[in-house]
Amino acid sequence: MSALAPWHYLTLAALLFAIGGVAVVVRRNALIILMGIELMLNAVNLTFLTFSRFPVALASDAAMQARANVGHTSVFFVIAVAAAEAAVGLAIVIAIFRSRSTVNVDELAELKN
Amino acid sequence: MESVLFYLLGAGTLLGALGVLVARNPLHSALSLVASFFFLAGIYLLLGAQLIAVLQVLVYAGAVMVLFVFVITLLNLNDAELGESRFTVAKAVGVVAVAATTAALLKTLIDAMRARGGLFVTGADLARAHPDTFGTVRAVGRSLLIDSVLPFELTSLLLLAAIVGAVVVAKGKI
Repeated sequence: MSALAPWHYLTLAALLFAIGGVAVVVRRNALIILMGIELMLNAVNLTFLTFSRFPVALASDAAMQARANVGHTSVFFVIAVAAAEAAVGLAIVIAIFRSRSTVNVDELAELKN
Repeated sequence: MESVLFYLLGAGTLLGALGVLVARNPLHSALSLVASFFFLAGIYLLLGAQLIAVLQVLVYAGAVMVLFVFVITLLNLNDAELGESRFTVAKAVGVVAVAATTAALLKTLIDAMRARGGLFVTGADLARAHPDTFGTVRAVGRSLLIDSVLPFELTSLLLLAAIVGAVVVAKGKI
């Protein structure tokens, strides 16, 4: 019997998502913005796994067992997409740094004027 | 015992995430993020997600963060290129917006926690809701390759496109 309820994990995920969101909004370094996005994706993964561990009650045990691993496969896909996103994002950062010598997103305002 | 582990790992995860936020040097941020991911893998183990915990360490803390550290050392940013951290109205508005969103999330959680009638399966019923193989490589692998085989195969296409795209973007002139 575990004393841990879904709320513990969901609160942790909400706080992690908030920290990632603040990192994306406040920091001007493109690399750290990418890291903030990774943090937010991880918070979402934690929510997926929590709802997989503590499922919403369904009609029968067999129905719940059939869906038991759906949360885990979702997290698998999120991890794959996050890896692709990191690769492409970092490539864009390198390309921008080579032509502008900066990774500060405030200075990349060519589209503004 | 489980609660103690949860609070220790949760505190580590949050401290690592805060380290990403406050560190000025991107390399310190990256190492802090690696630590955070390791603690988070421990949380995943508490949730019974063995395969995902291993993937978290291998793919996130391993592959993705090594990529980050490579790029950071490759760019080798100096103080001038890192730039001043300035206070702007847009940042303040952004922080308030994130705080409000989080407050709304937490309020929803607290309301749901207080509501009577268990929405979730907890306690002794959990054992009946989960098969014995819950979260193992065998069970998740079967689920991946039988129930969601099309998205699984499309993932390989996505990764191929990402590899080609990354090489083209990083090599070419933009």
